[in-house]
Amino acid sequence: MCLAVPGRLVEINGLNGVVEMMGVRREARLDLVENPAVGDLLLLHAGFAIERIDAERAADIFRAIELSAAEGMEQ
Amino acid sequence: MITGVPAVGNLIERIHELAAALPREVCIMEICGTHTMAIYRQGIRSLLPRNVRLISGPGCPVCVTPTAVIDRMLLLANHPERIIATFGDMIRVPGTQGSLQQARGEGADVRTVYSPMDAVKLAAENPARQVVLLGIGFETTAPAIAAAVVEADRLHLDNFIVAAACKLVPPALDALLQSPRARIDALLCPGHVSIIIGANAYEDVVRNYGVPCVIAGFEGDDILGAIVRMLEQIADGKACVENMYAQWVKPEGNVQARELMQRVLERCDAEWRGLGRIAQSGLRLRECFRRYDAFERFAVPEVESREPRACRCGEVLQGAADPADCTLYGKTCTPESPVGPCMVSSEGACAAAFKYGE
Repeated sequence: MCLAVPGRLVEINGLNGVVEMMGVRREARLDLVENPAVGDLLLLHAGFAIERIDAERAADIFRAIELSAAEGMEQ
Repeated sequence: MITGVPAVGNLIERIHELAAALPREVCIMEICGTHTMAIYRQGIRSLLPRNVRLISGPGCPVCVTPTAVIDRMLLLANHPERIIATFGDMIRVPGTQGSLQQARGEGADVRTVYSPMDAVKLAAENPARQVVLLGIGFETTAPAIAAAVVEADRLHLDNFIVAAACKLVPPALDALLQSPRARIDALLCPGHVSIIIGANAYEDVVRNYGVPCVIAGFEGDDILGAIVRMLEQIADGKACVENMYAQWVKPEGNVQARELMQRVLERCDAEWRGLGRIAQSGLRLRECFRRYDAFERFAVPEVESREPRACRCGEVLQGAADPADCTLYGKTCTPESPVGPCMVSSEGACAAAFKYGE
């Protein structure tokens, strides 16, 4: 029940946001995160964003994950 | 900052290396039901050495909700003028007499919602009817329920009501670790509850019980990596909090979510299946929002409840029994015809064990 999935915030309308996840758009509430911005990576649980990572840090994280995956393949 | 994650094969090798040097069996409890499911689905138990045991904890909100609370929710549902809005996991959990699914078959209007906000929408669309949200969940879900109450209040939706039965993880950990039956050497801490409560929330556990606490994500290498860290701590004779899900979990957690939760909900004593009554481990609506409390508004009486006979869910939730130790498991209790909640919920240890053939 504590499942959560990441999605990219593409639209903000007050406390309502639109999030894109794997090409699908869906609504997400933004009540629980501070200063959300378009481009943020959000973690969504029960229709609410429960945490956010700004776009720049999200890009760093994805680069690190890809890098470590590539290293893992080489080993 | 994420450091390089070694390949899965290396992690398994390292676990075997560390375990070979340990003089005894080590029990690691995964607190979170999502971890339980991930562990069974990925066959992680079968990859571990004999002396490293994974045991499931009380981390499935539906499973730890006692029959008495389910029975009171069934009483709430037994009024055709009400709409019962619930997360899907709850529908098939058996109470003393029947389940919400059966109540639906007998005319109750029970609807599955994905978000607490769906229940607010239902209330707005059905002004002549009362919409009761069954508010079950841990710290991950409680802020969303609190936000839904605030939104309903803003919209003056007096027909939105919550049967609040949320629970808090740290008091349950205290109860588990204080229990003389407990044999827990390390805790695999939940990823998403920790987003709200923060990595610092486990410092007391480490200090009070000397048990290593490692927060991890849900992929196979996340979980194996966390097991390596726990075994390394045990081998070094130390205990600390390690956050391996740091891309999402901050030391202080999500302060905004906790503030909203505290504005609407307050702590109360709560009954847990298997663990009994734990002081200050539940959440109820604060006085200023009490008019949204379903149990109060409808004066739902306490009912005489019976736990299913021979069901060992209570022990499974404490890591004191494996699903297969229960005589009902796989025989009279299956996902198609569940007797106990651990076989109903997709995150229950019995359902996970049954589905993935252990």
